[in-house]
Amino acid sequence: MKKARLILQDGSEFEGYSFGAEHSVAGELCFYTAMTGYPESLTDPSYRGQILVPTYPMIGNYGVPADEKVDGISRFFESEKIWCQALIISDYSEQFSHWDSARSLGTWLKQQDVPGICGIDTRVLTQKLRDNGAMLGKIVFEGEDVEMADPNRRNLVAEVSTKEIRTYGNGSKKVLMVDCGMKNNILRCLLKYDVTVKRVPWDYDFRGEEYDGLFISNGPGDPSICTETIEHIRWALQQDKPIMGICLGNQLMAIAAGAKTYKLKYGHRGHNVPVRKVGTHSCLITSQNHGFAIDDKTLPAEWEPMFVNLNDGTNEGVRHRTKPFFSAQFHPEASSGPVDSMLLFNEYVKSL
Amino acid sequence: MQKELKKILVLGSGALKIGESGEFDYSGSQALKALHEEGLFTILINPNVATVQTSEGIADHIYYLPITPEFVERVIEKERPDGIMLAFGGQTALNCGVALHERGILEKYDVQVVGTPVQAIINTEDRELFADMMKEIGVKTAQSEAVSSIEDALKVVSEIGYPVIVRAAYTLGGLGSGFCSNDEELRRLAASAFSYSPQILIEKSLKGWKEIEYEVVRDKYDNCITVCNMENFDPLGIHTGESVVVAPSQTLSDHEYHMLREIAIKIARRVGIVGECNVQYALDPNSDDYRVIELNARLSRSSALASKATGYPLAFVAAKLGLGYGLDEIQNSVTKCTSAFFEPALDYVVCKIPRWDLGKFDGVSKLIGSSMKSVGEIMSIGRTFEEAIQKGLRMVGQGLHGFVANTVKVPDLEYELNNPTDKRLPAIELAFDQGYTIEQLHEITKIDNWFLFRLQNIYRVKLELAAYDSLEAVPEALLREAKQMGYSDYQIGKLVIKDETMKPHDKSQMVREVRKSLGIVPVVKQIDTMAGEYPAQTNYLYITYNGARSDIDFACDGKSVIVLGSGAYRIGSSVEFDWCGVAAIKKIQEMGLRAIMINYNPETVSTDYDICDRLFFDELTLERVLDICDMEQPKGVIVSTGGQIPNNLALLLDRQGINILGTSATSIDIAEDRQKFSQMCDRLGIDQPRWKELTKMEEIYDFVAEVGLPVMIRPSYVLSGAAMRVVENMDELENALKNAAVVSQEHPVVVTEFLQRAKEVEIDAVAQRGEIKCYAISEHIEYAGVHSGDATVVFPAQKLYFETIRRIKRTARAIAQALNISGPFNIQFLAKDNELRVIECNLRASRSFPFVSKITKFNFIGMATEIMLGKEVEPFGKSFADIDYVGIKSSQFSFARLLKADPILGVDMASTGEVACIGDNYSEALLKSMLSVGHRVPSKDKGILISSGAARSKVELLDAARELQAAGYRLYATGGTAAFLAQNGVESTVLHWPDSQSKPNVIDSIRNHEIDLVINIPKNSTPRELQNGYQIRRAAIDYNVPLITNARLASAFISAFCRHELADLEIKHWAEYK
Repeated sequence: MKKARLILQDGSEFEGYSFGAEHSVAGELCFYTAMTGYPESLTDPSYRGQILVPTYPMIGNYGVPADEKVDGISRFFESEKIWCQALIISDYSEQFSHWDSARSLGTWLKQQDVPGICGIDTRVLTQKLRDNGAMLGKIVFEGEDVEMADPNRRNLVAEVSTKEIRTYGNGSKKVLMVDCGMKNNILRCLLKYDVTVKRVPWDYDFRGEEYDGLFISNGPGDPSICTETIEHIRWALQQDKPIMGICLGNQLMAIAAGAKTYKLKYGHRGHNVPVRKVGTHSCLITSQNHGFAIDDKTLPAEWEPMFVNLNDGTNEGVRHRTKPFFSAQFHPEASSGPVDSMLLFNEYVKSL
Repeated sequence: MQKELKKILVLGSGALKIGESGEFDYSGSQALKALHEEGLFTILINPNVATVQTSEGIADHIYYLPITPEFVERVIEKERPDGIMLAFGGQTALNCGVALHERGILEKYDVQVVGTPVQAIINTEDRELFADMMKEIGVKTAQSEAVSSIEDALKVVSEIGYPVIVRAAYTLGGLGSGFCSNDEELRRLAASAFSYSPQILIEKSLKGWKEIEYEVVRDKYDNCITVCNMENFDPLGIHTGESVVVAPSQTLSDHEYHMLREIAIKIARRVGIVGECNVQYALDPNSDDYRVIELNARLSRSSALASKATGYPLAFVAAKLGLGYGLDEIQNSVTKCTSAFFEPALDYVVCKIPRWDLGKFDGVSKLIGSSMKSVGEIMSIGRTFEEAIQKGLRMVGQGLHGFVANTVKVPDLEYELNNPTDKRLPAIELAFDQGYTIEQLHEITKIDNWFLFRLQNIYRVKLELAAYDSLEAVPEALLREAKQMGYSDYQIGKLVIKDETMKPHDKSQMVREVRKSLGIVPVVKQIDTMAGEYPAQTNYLYITYNGARSDIDFACDGKSVIVLGSGAYRIGSSVEFDWCGVAAIKKIQEMGLRAIMINYNPETVSTDYDICDRLFFDELTLERVLDICDMEQPKGVIVSTGGQIPNNLALLLDRQGINILGTSATSIDIAEDRQKFSQMCDRLGIDQPRWKELTKMEEIYDFVAEVGLPVMIRPSYVLSGAAMRVVENMDELENALKNAAVVSQEHPVVVTEFLQRAKEVEIDAVAQRGEIKCYAISEHIEYAGVHSGDATVVFPAQKLYFETIRRIKRTARAIAQALNISGPFNIQFLAKDNELRVIECNLRASRSFPFVSKITKFNFIGMATEIMLGKEVEPFGKSFADIDYVGIKSSQFSFARLLKADPILGVDMASTGEVACIGDNYSEALLKSMLSVGHRVPSKDKGILISSGAARSKVELLDAARELQAAGYRLYATGGTAAFLAQNGVESTVLHWPDSQSKPNVIDSIRNHEIDLVINIPKNSTPRELQNGYQIRRAAIDYNVPLITNARLASAFISAFCRHELADLEIKHWAEYK
């Protein structure tokens, strides 16, 4: 295996071995604590621009499934491609074992031209990111240096959002999906109900559209960059049609309502994040992947926090006090992760 | 409305047995800690005197009493608790709780069940009810359907699909059972099965499916989490207790992981768990089809493992949930800054490997399968599977050095792979040697390819290492890779250094030096439940080579004291050493020092990170202890509280310059080395039974002619696997040694003179610089010949001559002085007519230290630890002759789990656990103690069978038989015994021997439960008698009729229950015995 170096913003270096595409890349490092779900995470558009570090040491065990489609949606993946910059792990399983796997993780990374480095002490790396906060970094192959690059300055949403308008399903209620980097499982979850989903680009002006409900998807990066989306949502908030948002959608809805967001020190990425429904004893284990959060204190009077993070007290969702608008910072669609909060889709569809 | 709970009764699990081991000491201790934290008054019933939970300060009132509805009711009547906890004492406590509920006792005394309601427990215990409930929520179970015709059988299969298992109902031993893959096979097998039984059971065959477990926690607000999932390395068909298990699952996709997680939560909600439960699944390796196999609505072996694997204290949390807390209201005890409502994220992998001791039993099958036979387990932690499994295989302690570099012989490899035993892992290595491919191995074993690939990685490195002839030639990268794959220095030395004259130990040391000079040293990582996401001050540690930096810094201030734990529970080394280790830790901390524990047994309290200042959940090998000493720079190491494993390390550690606290390593070596110890005894004028280590049959005959029969022979265990035994005649001697290889130059046999009808007496003591500071003398009820770990032990000794006691003290003093003992020790004696001989001396805590400490209420280990840490102590002043009560320790056997094993006691230990009870007198203590290990007072509606063996035991039992007759019991006896009894005026009904065709036959009477106690005294004589005796004993075990095979114990038990009515037995807690 070819050697490669991981160099961080603070100058620290780690040496590892390449098992993916062999070219140098730069991005923002972030760790996630989920123990399963690397095919789903790698294809999650929210990871655009980032170098992923799973804390679980053995990755690749069950290989990667084939590129199959069901009703026009990828059967196993969250989008059509790998979005993150690179993957950094401790121990790589070239040999894999699973009934639905078609190739090794390394083969897939190579097919998608994404570097993968193993042999790194990911626990040390995680502790570093935890203590210093999110950091830029780069993977360097011998003789091919690249510049550090901060993806958060780019409009990542524009990079990952759909370029065309597409319609899914044939149900009686029409959901307008603003795709800011949507995970396929949001579609799959909605299409279990009697709905038709119209998927539009992040900056699509839907103000003249007819729809029964609006949906703001997850997506990468800093929400404040999506000014067009925010403006459109601000209009929708004046209407009475139900709105649900997830992750970036949660932040966009809050900003549109007048609240502010901020960057978390190192974000929440994993399958074990506990949230509580505000005002109740009802708690959920959620799947999360975000680096920004809503500042609760800036919520306008007609809005209230809906969920709160049990670990650090940060906002995990908001809702309008009177209108059918709510959003979750976590991922009720799971995939990857626990499915405890999937019932939120039910609530949304019922309100249509 | 929940009533206010102030006083809670907790049921323990009693003696350790196969399937119910030390894990319940851990869960009970955690529960009691949780209750204590709430300021509640706690009452504990548990006769297991060797546990930590029955120690001072854990519960307010401790009852050493049987966990049976009768005794528990009397405690309830006396204590009037508000609540009772049933989930922390295994199946024993659960069954007892269900019985108390069904008899209306809980209702009568208004005792509320804390945690999961009894009805929910009943619903999960009843297979039918459980299956219906699962059906109702759309969850698939592995349920069998009963049919009475071939047509119905075919109909069932059309619903569930092939392959299926067909079993004939109401037959034993699998008569008429088998697999069918199509209609034709089913027709054939069903026809045959119907000839045995009117009804057959059809079940979907899940052979070869993956076995997966989830630990679910639910609170009263309906919040649920799964703390951990675990995957079995071995496919379905091998009991999870017999399987290698890994956590988290390795081969499940995210979809499968969360599908099963969701179902587990759905089930916990439907059942109504408040606390913890475990859900076991079968998962199809070729699709996402699954079946629920079972659910345990209580803390279990798996939950203890999950707690240790994740750092999430399941039992503690479950207890708090029972009291009405929500998960979000309980703190994460590792991070201290987050709540208990979360799911641990692991950044390491753990392996659990069972430990078997089947070599100790005659006749038992070594195959592992659907019933549990293992007696203990280990858990290993690594950052790769390779690292964890190799560590784990060493930890099991059965001679393996890891996956490779072993000297295991497997006579028929193909057979072994098809019919797994405890040798299946070394068999896989041999298969690689023989060129088996992964596909072939998977086809035969059904072990998932991923595990096999990983084993093959280890194997590949073996070949690479073996290609070199010297350490210097091995590339640094390969050496590092080997260490990252869990290779020990020993394995590397063995594979690389081909010099046969060099000792393995020296090779290992050389590897150590070379790799240290290359900077190849391990790092320490924390188990923090959050994979490093949040800072944690956790002291729960493991060691890995797959890391760049340690998580923690070491003070190296000379204030750390390392205590070596006892490793896997096994026959002969069990929870008693866990108690000793924990007692040492407590004392170290009390003295203002830092207590560091090294141990790897997930079933213990000593591996609870709450207990010590730092816990290294890692190997107890020289290499690893030295690694830890390198980092910690400790004040010293305590090797005397963890049984034989640390004791064996003493000399090796000492030679590496590690400070062994207490008695010197040289003295330990003298006591351990048979020759050196005998020389010392000779010098001191102390008698021992005559013995010789012999290498030729002729020498053995000569020695036997000199000392006379019987003799005790101890073949080299590793080679023959043959147990130690007493032989009474030349035939037996030759039979036992007939395998010529058993006796050879390299593998001598130790032959020892055997004294008949000698009493066995033990002294447990603590000395400082050779002067005894406290001691306890106890005696065995059985004569010598029954292993001290199987014997019934009385303390204070009740029936010894003063002269004997004087001699014991004198001898012990002489030995303590000669070995300059500073710490705990134990000497076993034979006493006959005031003659005293020393059998054995251990310069460490013995099995009976918790027993004598609890009966005397003086902590022997506490004092020993003070001495080892250099504090001057005053002799313990109280004379044990003044103790106004009696403690009796009885042994628990697990023969019911060991199909076909002869339930007989000998000089090798067979018991898996023990209890001790206290009484105001000898017979009261004995009765409570015997009832605690599964005996019962025989019903007068039934009878007692006496089959009393040799003439001597017939005489020994005569008085007891008379007592039984006087008390109105009906006696049955086999021919010879009946004649003897008749001659002596005792009436009995003759039952014919098993092999005779005559009726009434003894086996029929046992099977029909006409007999409620079997006394069968084995007699070493003709093969026919041996065979008949075996059948009687085995029938007693198989039909659950209490069995006693020792005449002295039988007599003592009989007089005890003839003299005491159960209702008259005193119900007193520990502190009430003054």
